[in-house]
Amino acid sequence: MDGDIELRVDGRRRRLRVDTRTTLLDALRDGVGATAPKKGCDHGQCGACTVLLDGRRVITCLTLAVAHDGAEVVTAEGLAHRDRLHPVQEAFLERDALQCGFCTPGQVCSAVGVLDEVAAGHPSAVTADLTGPVELTDDEIRERMSGNLCRCGAYVNIVDAVRDGAR
Amino acid sequence: MPFDYRRAPDPESAVAAATGWAGVAFLAGGTNLVDHLKLGLTSPEVLVDITGLPLDEVDELPDGGLRIGATVRNADLAAHPVVRRDYPVLARALLSGASGQIRNLATTGGNLLQRTRCVYFQDLSTPCNKREPGTGCSAIGGYTRHHAILGASAHCVATHPSDMAVAMAALDAQVAVLGTAGRRVVPLVELHRLPGDEPHRDTVLAPSDLITAVDLPPLPPGTRSLYRKVRDRASFAFALVSVAAVLRVEDGVVEDVRIALGGVAHKPWRARRAEDVLRREPADEEAFRRAIDAELAGAAPLEGNGFKVPLTRNTVVSALRELSREER
Repeated sequence: MDGDIELRVDGRRRRLRVDTRTTLLDALRDGVGATAPKKGCDHGQCGACTVLLDGRRVITCLTLAVAHDGAEVVTAEGLAHRDRLHPVQEAFLERDALQCGFCTPGQVCSAVGVLDEVAAGHPSAVTADLTGPVELTDDEIRERMSGNLCRCGAYVNIVDAVRDGAR
Repeated sequence: MPFDYRRAPDPESAVAAATGWAGVAFLAGGTNLVDHLKLGLTSPEVLVDITGLPLDEVDELPDGGLRIGATVRNADLAAHPVVRRDYPVLARALLSGASGQIRNLATTGGNLLQRTRCVYFQDLSTPCNKREPGTGCSAIGGYTRHHAILGASAHCVATHPSDMAVAMAALDAQVAVLGTAGRRVVPLVELHRLPGDEPHRDTVLAPSDLITAVDLPPLPPGTRSLYRKVRDRASFAFALVSVAAVLRVEDGVVEDVRIALGGVAHKPWRARRAEDVLRREPADEEAFRRAIDAELAGAAPLEGNGFKVPLTRNTVVSALRELSREER
């Protein structure tokens, strides 16, 4: 069975016909040609496919494209304004927060989502006071970014980049 | 396998769309269901998408309790000001589960209905009574680090993976269900089943039964709660053992105590024996130990998970100690 959907991907409107079994990740990569989100594990464990979906960070490998008609998707590619990178992207470059780069588009989208969540005052599992303000400590960054794996092990620099990206 | 996809505008039509099919599933966040479609663990003929239903609100009830819609996202529930203020055990449980990207998708109803992460259940090449009734249990005599120590059977030793449900069990949550025959309420502690000789049935629900909401009763003033989770790594891992504890102490005496355990059974395990021992007793370490020992007298650890017995004991005692210390 096929379904017709419309997505707004990195600011551009795209109409697609998708098999109902198609994940949002496959629709983005194969249907739209938006290859910034990566297929790592394809089982929700690595975070390489993370995008901002209607403004929130999500994995795209475990959600069906057909269920997201009308959605706004921002991939790592869409975070930049023309030639000006997003501050989080700049921080990843500055801090050398990658080696092979495969996980980076997911890391960057996740980090942007993390900073929004912190700005909104949402606690994490390591926040001491559930009702108080949230401070972006390194422990907070590690906990909040735990859904993004990096097999090269660039974690130390990723923590630095996320911290810098908040400024 | 291809499947038919339908969107439902309201709960009644969702249930109607799901009625009469042998293989039907409601689709919400999809984080467990879509994984199972890929793994070949399930192949429904019809998916009924319920993400458009008006069940995505958290409402304060006149009695001071809280009604959580079935499609409220785990992240939104954890961030809700009333949950953070009045039900810290629930906020902590939610925040200890999965990752930020998954909590932004996963829903209340879907979290309750997620299936076990038993490696043999997820591996089509091994026999599993939960996946294929009558084929046997590969975990028994196998790798059992993550398996049950309470309430298991000779047919299945799987554990329920949810953190959220453990907190809700301790909060005496009530689950609102809409079925073909109308609405009913199922206490959360009765939603999930013990495996017995039908481990393929995780819950008491029929395939066309739709969870519409979870209600939390109010907690009396002076009640404290917390969630403590022990796992193999510090984040993004399922519990080896978890404890949701709710405690009210007056003048050093336990007036109310509710304890639920995760990672130890086929369902969120409400530790009634421990509660019965502890009620009206002094809130001290000796009583805490006596209480959890009474509960764990019924434990039957497997070859690979004997550590869960002392781990559960120590985690419960530590949780109660912390709650009673806060009280002073």
